Amino acid sequence: MIEQNKFATQYRFAFIDEATKREIRRKLLKAIAIPGYQVPYSSPEMPIARGWGTGGLHVTLAIIGPNDIFKIIDQGSDASVNACNLRNFVHTMTGVETTLDTQKATIIQTRHRITEEVLKANQIFVYQVPQPEPLRSVERYENKTRQMHGEADYAKMWVSLYEQYVRHGDIMLGAGYPVKVNDRYIMAPSPIPRWDIPNLHNSEAIHLFGAGREKRLYAVPPYTKVAPLEFEDVKFHIEDFKGKPCFRTGYKKAFLDELYYDDGSKHYVINDSNFLDKLVNKETPIQHENAYLNKLPHESL
Amino acid sequence: MQPLLAIKNLHKSFTMHILQGKKIEALIDVNFTVAPGEIIGLTGKSGSGKSSLMKCIYRTYLSDGGTINYHSNDGVVDLIALNDYEILHLRKTEISYCSQFLSVIPRVTALQVVAQPLLKKGLPADMANEKAMFILKALGLSEALWSGLPVTFSGGEQQRINVARAIIDPPKLLLIDEPTASLDAATKAVVIDMLIGLKSQGTTIVCISHDEYTLQHLVNRCIHLEKGIIVN
Amino acid sequence: MNHYSENWLLKVEGLTKIYGKSNVRSIENTGPLFDSNICPETGAIIACADINFELFPGEVLGIVGESGSGKSTIVKMLYFDMEHSAGCVSFHKAPYIGKNILNESNQSKRAIRNHLMGMVYQNPRDGLNFKFTSGGNIAEKLIMAGNYHVGTIREKATHLLEKTEVPVLRLDDLPAHFSGGMQQRVQISKAIANHPPLLFLDEVTTGLDVSVQAKVLDLIRELQQELGIAMMVVSHDLSVIRMLTDRTLVMKNGRIVEQGLTDQILQDPQHPYTQLLVSSIL
Repeated sequence: MIEQNKFATQYRFAFIDEATKREIRRKLLKAIAIPGYQVPYSSPEMPIARGWGTGGLHVTLAIIGPNDIFKIIDQGSDASVNACNLRNFVHTMTGVETTLDTQKATIIQTRHRITEEVLKANQIFVYQVPQPEPLRSVERYENKTRQMHGEADYAKMWVSLYEQYVRHGDIMLGAGYPVKVNDRYIMAPSPIPRWDIPNLHNSEAIHLFGAGREKRLYAVPPYTKVAPLEFEDVKFHIEDFKGKPCFRTGYKKAFLDELYYDDGSKHYVINDSNFLDKLVNKETPIQHENAYLNKLPHESL
Repeated sequence: MQPLLAIKNLHKSFTMHILQGKKIEALIDVNFTVAPGEIIGLTGKSGSGKSSLMKCIYRTYLSDGGTINYHSNDGVVDLIALNDYEILHLRKTEISYCSQFLSVIPRVTALQVVAQPLLKKGLPADMANEKAMFILKALGLSEALWSGLPVTFSGGEQQRINVARAIIDPPKLLLIDEPTASLDAATKAVVIDMLIGLKSQGTTIVCISHDEYTLQHLVNRCIHLEKGIIVN
Repeated sequence: MNHYSENWLLKVEGLTKIYGKSNVRSIENTGPLFDSNICPETGAIIACADINFELFPGEVLGIVGESGSGKSTIVKMLYFDMEHSAGCVSFHKAPYIGKNILNESNQSKRAIRNHLMGMVYQNPRDGLNFKFTSGGNIAEKLIMAGNYHVGTIREKATHLLEKTEVPVLRLDDLPAHFSGGMQQRVQISKAIANHPPLLFLDEVTTGLDVSVQAKVLDLIRELQQELGIAMMVVSHDLSVIRMLTDRTLVMKNGRIVEQGLTDQILQDPQHPYTQLLVSSIL
């Protein structure tokens, strides 16, 4: 009890000092003004190590206010260790209400997934990003990738996709498929599965991306065109679970986890834990709709 | 009738900077004209200036002084005064030079060498090859050699290809150096006939030759050079 | 007859490259007369200076000279691989007519490099990306020109490899596994992928075996005749110059000492240095 009080009085609201908050907010505004463009920022030290979500945390703490309702998921789950720790941290630093309910939240921080339930205009979606530079796999040097973005010289990226097609018969990127934002910048959407990529396009919510270790912020404002990179004859497609149902709800039209039990049996279950809970409780959450979902064969839906 | 070629006061010397600027006079005050359709033979000992004269006309050599008036399709021009591009244009369209030895290009077959002037002009390959084959046959080059590489041929065989290439697309002015060297009597006669035949196609020929037979049967008029000066 | 003089494709005026700090006398105190590229007062290196020449559509221009003559420097500046110190380069292709392309934006320069120029380097590693397949390297050029259809890209790449006599089966192989001659031919395919009107060849056969050299040179000659591309061939090898070019520039210590028809340069060289060069052919 005493430690908690001491703790509470020694840190200001949202842990980060006001000057740094202001800097992050200004950079976020710039990021929103230039969709998909990576803005360098101060990336202050946090009480968690780099590579554990400092970028997402920076964004959340810079924008959160006392009336916000905060949710955080890690690979779709509210219950993972890191999600719980960060939720506790944010609550302790700000006193804001936390929730597991996607619909109730006003700020949702995520690691590597977008919620199945559709996002609304009053919500801000904050991504934890490991590698903000989509061209890093084809160009090692930062000054060159900056120039490539500046001049929209993306040929190398396209050739690497062509090479994958040639080698494997399809573009093999599973998570973090590169997208073109607003017909200008190629962006790394963080390692979300292909299933989630179409849900960035024309979203009602604001999507903010924070890469703490690499010190970059970027954003996709609402109603922005986000298109996965595809050739005219080699198109982007989302995962097809081939009609496997979630073993707890029987639902098919969601991103599924594969679970192995000790007896060797394999079951599929909906990855988004809150969406799963709602379906189990016989609620009817509204799911994201997109053109790629409709392209799946009938039995997968 | 206007002459095709009118050479006046032509001078050519070489300055050898490697030999401390030693000057060698190759041509001194050369004057003569060539009428359209004439076949002129240049004669003289080695070093008398025959090749130099031809090369000055073709602009391989830069003349020191004088004029070489040539009646081109666009009017009379002084070959010495023209710029590089104008010369290149004339070489592509009107004036041909056939050197004494075949310049060998790796990997190009005998047939291709001969067909090339027509191919360059844009003629379809089958037509060009047909004409090439016709000429090579007439010159007595055996069919087996047509797809061979000239670098492996004998001097006589190479010479046949050389001449064939020169005559397949008759130019307005043909400068030819020793057309019948290395050839046996029968082929010589064929070559001479072919060259005379070019006359009917509007070709004027200036040729260098040592061969008595060629000079007798091919040439209309001889110009004899000694130490760079025309003597008669 | 004079209509030729205005029809140039590329016009280079006063092209100069200086390394280090120079002063007003640097250029006049260096060059072939001084047998030196280095300014005696400031130590600046005058890689090339006062370079003036024209290149006509479909023409093959040779640039010959020994090491340090500045021949590669000229081509590097024209291809924007290197910044110029002074000079004006005019390219007679819309929308660059009347402009000095050396002063264009990076975007424009990239567009010029993609669509209007091709470059074949002496070392294939400079012109090819060894991490991509040979088809991928050609695809890079095609994608830069706006082709986003994999089927069409592969078709065009196959056609180009056929043209340069690279076995089509190697379309999906890495150039690192090719012989030197084949790597050069893949480079050539890549360079002509977008049918540019101008192609630079910088010592492309130097270092190759004689038979391979012959093959590559013959290919270049054939392509030039078939496609009518204007070419600038840089070489220190006079036999390459003789085989490929119509006109030649002879360079020494960063200056052009003689220019003219190739056969004239080789058979009736005027400048002492040219005479020395020509007499040195083995």
